Amino acid sequence: MTALLETRSLSMSFGALRATRDVTFALEEGARHALIGPNGAGKTTFVNLLSGVLGPSSGEVLFKGRDITKVEQAERVKLGIARTFQINRLFRGLSVLENVYMSIAERVGAAPDMLRPAGARRDVIDEAMELLTRLKLADIAHKTIPELPYGRQRLVELAITLGLKPQVLLLDEPAAGVPSAESHIILDAIDALPKSIGVLIIDHDMDLVFRFAKKITVLVRGAVFAEGSPKEIGANADVRAVYLGQAAHHG
Amino acid sequence: MSVTSMSDNPAARALARRHRFQWWEVLPWLLGLAFYFAFPRYLAFGTDVLITILFAISLDLALGYAGIVTLGHAAFFGAGAYTVGMLAKNGIWTEPITLLILAGVVAGLVGLASGLVLLRTTGLTLLMLTLCTMGLLEESANMAADVTGGFDGLDSLPIKPIFGRFEFDVLYSSTQYLYVLAVALVCFVFVRTLVYSPFGHSLTGIRENTLRMHAVGAPVRWRLVLCYTISAAIAGVAGGLWAEANQYVNLSTLGLDRAATVLIILVLGGYGRLYGAMVGAIAYMVLEHFLSKAYPTAWQLGLGLLLMAIALFARGGILGIVEAFSRRRDRDRKP
Repeated sequence: MTALLETRSLSMSFGALRATRDVTFALEEGARHALIGPNGAGKTTFVNLLSGVLGPSSGEVLFKGRDITKVEQAERVKLGIARTFQINRLFRGLSVLENVYMSIAERVGAAPDMLRPAGARRDVIDEAMELLTRLKLADIAHKTIPELPYGRQRLVELAITLGLKPQVLLLDEPAAGVPSAESHIILDAIDALPKSIGVLIIDHDMDLVFRFAKKITVLVRGAVFAEGSPKEIGANADVRAVYLGQAAHHG
Repeated sequence: MSVTSMSDNPAARALARRHRFQWWEVLPWLLGLAFYFAFPRYLAFGTDVLITILFAISLDLALGYAGIVTLGHAAFFGAGAYTVGMLAKNGIWTEPITLLILAGVVAGLVGLASGLVLLRTTGLTLLMLTLCTMGLLEESANMAADVTGGFDGLDSLPIKPIFGRFEFDVLYSSTQYLYVLAVALVCFVFVRTLVYSPFGHSLTGIRENTLRMHAVGAPVRWRLVLCYTISAAIAGVAGGLWAEANQYVNLSTLGLDRAATVLIILVLGGYGRLYGAMVGAIAYMVLEHFLSKAYPTAWQLGLGLLLMAIALFARGGILGIVEAFSRRRDRDRKP
């Protein structure tokens, strides 16, 4: 069976810094996969390579067996690869609903339409409201981003990406900075995703990772250090030494 | 969740209705018409204001909605003006309405060609490149004196009457005024439709967060190029109107003065707000009128101070202040 998203000997250098080293990795259909590693392990760089923000120095990225190494980010989104950002990237001046409208309009092909009002696309508005209701954001759909507490902003970040109905979902620290009382909303939303889509989550929060993941890849200094089930990774003495033992530093 | 409760949501309602015409939106045009009857002696001035408003609207589309920072928008105004000037002067084409369409097409093509190159850049680089494009065009118009009239420009353009009936009279601008008012209305309705469309929505998305627009799969560069082309075409129509109304064209249509003035107008009125162009143009003209009377040598000092105050305290310009007040009033109403 071909994996949904795959990399082969993927490397990325920024000058002398080798941020990604020879990473061969596969995200299966329906995967609930976590990528962990200490600070500076190159996790975000790896997501940038997968989503097409960066082009690799060498190696390949494949989607359903097709080489997409040279395919641009926007094209990859059309294929079904979507991501969220570690630091919120929202349309700050717009309402929550208008934020989500943006991605849905792109997905359903409404966005190039110049001559009809955006408000006449009820299908897009209804779908956006449905999504917001699912994420318990409907009651604040009219607010602009700066009016929201950080936890809610994180949810909007997720909502925009879910509006793309991706087959591959790359979540870069989705719960970072969210008060623990609210982080369950994000996890619940991830749990409620269709089983078929492949999810890769990057996070420091071990509780979240172990609760969510069926498979864990540990990245250290840009290279795959270990890979296995949560049980195996939890029991791996080397992983404990390089990473879990330091968890206290990350607060 | 039922469908009715979803469309009951205030955000959904607001989005579904925001493009609808409000009663007050007819006011500027009624005022424009009233001006025609009230001040028959000032119609040349009024024509100038209307053209400036149309030019500012074109800039608002690129700058206010898509966030394309440009200091060279007069390049397209001038391209339109010179299209009319050169075609009419040489007797190639003198029918005003088709001339205007040609002015828009030529300016749009200049926008497309320069946009394809320029819109790879952003920020200060983009700002400088737009300025350079305008400078290149201005200098070309200056050098090619055989066809453009060089520094003197082209005068006494033989523009045909509109519909073969209504003559342009340079001394009494009544035809020009109504003609410009009508063209401005058509262009405004088009721009208004555009900014409320999903395409316009995606332009604000690019303005608010370009990187995220890439991440939702939007072809950002093409959208910007398209927006820039349309904006340039409308600026070209404004320039064409200027040439037809004045029956001459000169280098001032291509200059930094014009580009900077329209930018000031937009900042003054409030960019990204459609009506900011109108409010700003009128505010600018009124300020210019009174300040230059009071301080003939240093009136721009007053303008400069006002702009600084707006940049520091009221980023949304005059309309931004109005919006802030009406928001506060709404908040006070429902405790």
